[in-house]
Amino acid sequence: MDTLLNLASSFCLLLGSFLCLSGGVGILRFPDFYTRMHAAGVSDTLAAAMILIGLMLQIPETLVIIKLIIILLMTLFISPSASHALGRAALLNGLTPVVAGDKNHAGQTTEVGDNPSKS
Amino acid sequence: MIIAATLAILVVMVLAIIRGVMGPSLYDRILAVNMFGTKTVLLISLLGFVMGRPEFLDIAMVYALINFISVIGVLRLFEAFTAKHNGKVVEPAQRDL
Amino acid sequence: MGIAVAINQIKDMFAVVMLAGIYGLVSASFFVTLDAVDVAFTEASVGAGISTLLMLTTVAITGRTEHEASHKPMLALFVVMVTGGLLIYGTFDMPYFGSVDAPVQNHVGPRYILDSMQEIGVPNMVTSVLASYRGFDTFGEVTVIFTAGIGVLALLSVVRRPEDDTAIEAINDSMHEKHLILRVVIKTLIPFILLYAFYVQFHGDFGPGGGFQAGVIFAAGIILYAMLFGLSVARRVIKQPLVQLLSAIGVLIYGSVGVVSMLNGGSFLDYGVLSADPIAGQHLGILLIELGVGVTVASVMIIIFFSFAGRSEYQQAKKGKSL
Repeated sequence: MDTLLNLASSFCLLLGSFLCLSGGVGILRFPDFYTRMHAAGVSDTLAAAMILIGLMLQIPETLVIIKLIIILLMTLFISPSASHALGRAALLNGLTPVVAGDKNHAGQTTEVGDNPSKS
Repeated sequence: MIIAATLAILVVMVLAIIRGVMGPSLYDRILAVNMFGTKTVLLISLLGFVMGRPEFLDIAMVYALINFISVIGVLRLFEAFTAKHNGKVVEPAQRDL
Repeated sequence: MGIAVAINQIKDMFAVVMLAGIYGLVSASFFVTLDAVDVAFTEASVGAGISTLLMLTTVAITGRTEHEASHKPMLALFVVMVTGGLLIYGTFDMPYFGSVDAPVQNHVGPRYILDSMQEIGVPNMVTSVLASYRGFDTFGEVTVIFTAGIGVLALLSVVRRPEDDTAIEAINDSMHEKHLILRVVIKTLIPFILLYAFYVQFHGDFGPGGGFQAGVIFAAGIILYAMLFGLSVARRVIKQPLVQLLSAIGVLIYGSVGVVSMLNGGSFLDYGVLSADPIAGQHLGILLIELGVGVTVASVMIIIFFSFAGRSEYQQAKKGKSL
């Protein structure tokens, strides 16, 4: 039972760190604000949940588990609301997403329907 | 395993700061700061476990709330500010950043 | 330190406020690694939380970019550098950080650490030092916070006319559907935030916490409500005269505990004489003064936020622009 808990906890922590890292790399590499928000949203909510669940499986004390559950619930409430507020504010204030018909990084325009050249 | 997770979160925090410094628009920077905040919550919880002090979870809870309230505050402020200038988004002078 | 240099150089006020928030956060993490839990708690809630919010409201009033300085302040720079140099020179005589034979580790520190449990019986040593051994200093801090609240009220309070009210209420109604999702989520969260503030207040004896942090968290919950539902709605829930009264009552509770101790035969703020058993007296005294601190801090933060935000709304209503 103990090793099973340890194994599950390690698995959750590993998965959480991997999701976190991928979110971090995504926020650097994605081309546009809205896509970056998607990366940040994944890492904020799912990675945090995985890491907290992994921590919960480590310690059998009741009070610590309750506090971790509360932090988990709060994160599940708060992160999507913050992403929503941010995305809505950006959209209403005129930040437009990049679509296929725009100039790519090299500065050439592509018509919709052409193959966009690799940037 | 917890130490590996802590290191991963530290790396992500550095990446978020890089985006915060680099990001071309204001919203990128707010996004980076928000992500930095949630990663700090996780970092404090993990550090609490590493150092054997579960009291750090209280700090993590406070910081999650504070992070949320700050992001909402910035967004509301920006909305009120834009409205004050009649719907035009006022950017600061380009030479400063 | 890089963050401090950046704060100095960047002229966009938004970025500066965000950087100040990150700075407070990095300090909190620093305190966490130094194993100082209460200080980290206070820094996270005050330095990274309320300060950022209040500075944001200030930026709303002043505007987003910093004006160019009209002259280079050479004389001030010279004075600051000389003073800083003298201070650094003075620290050469001080013992090394954390060395074993420093006076701070030898006289007062061990006595607090060794005797705190028998004399006061409260597991959290920071609370016992703050509230009992150094209770008079904490009284001074509460009075300073109260004075700050009075100063803000004296300088920034705004006479509200009825026609401003209707304009502002129209604005708030139009905002309702824009912020629908956030409003629903926050209605669920705010009771929890206020409950958490109470938990931190009364749990300060056993874990990190205490009056200051609890007051700040309570005020942050109210500020969140005011930001999303509109200032006038929040003012109807938390009436201004009530909040002003509460801030004074907090300081009064603190002072009365001291006076009651004197009436019972001890010196000012000596909690041992408050009940038959000195340890129970200490517990009662600490409970009451933390309550006074929490009430005053919460009300003063709310007063400051309402004054700043009310000023900003007043400016907009006066200009006649609609949101």
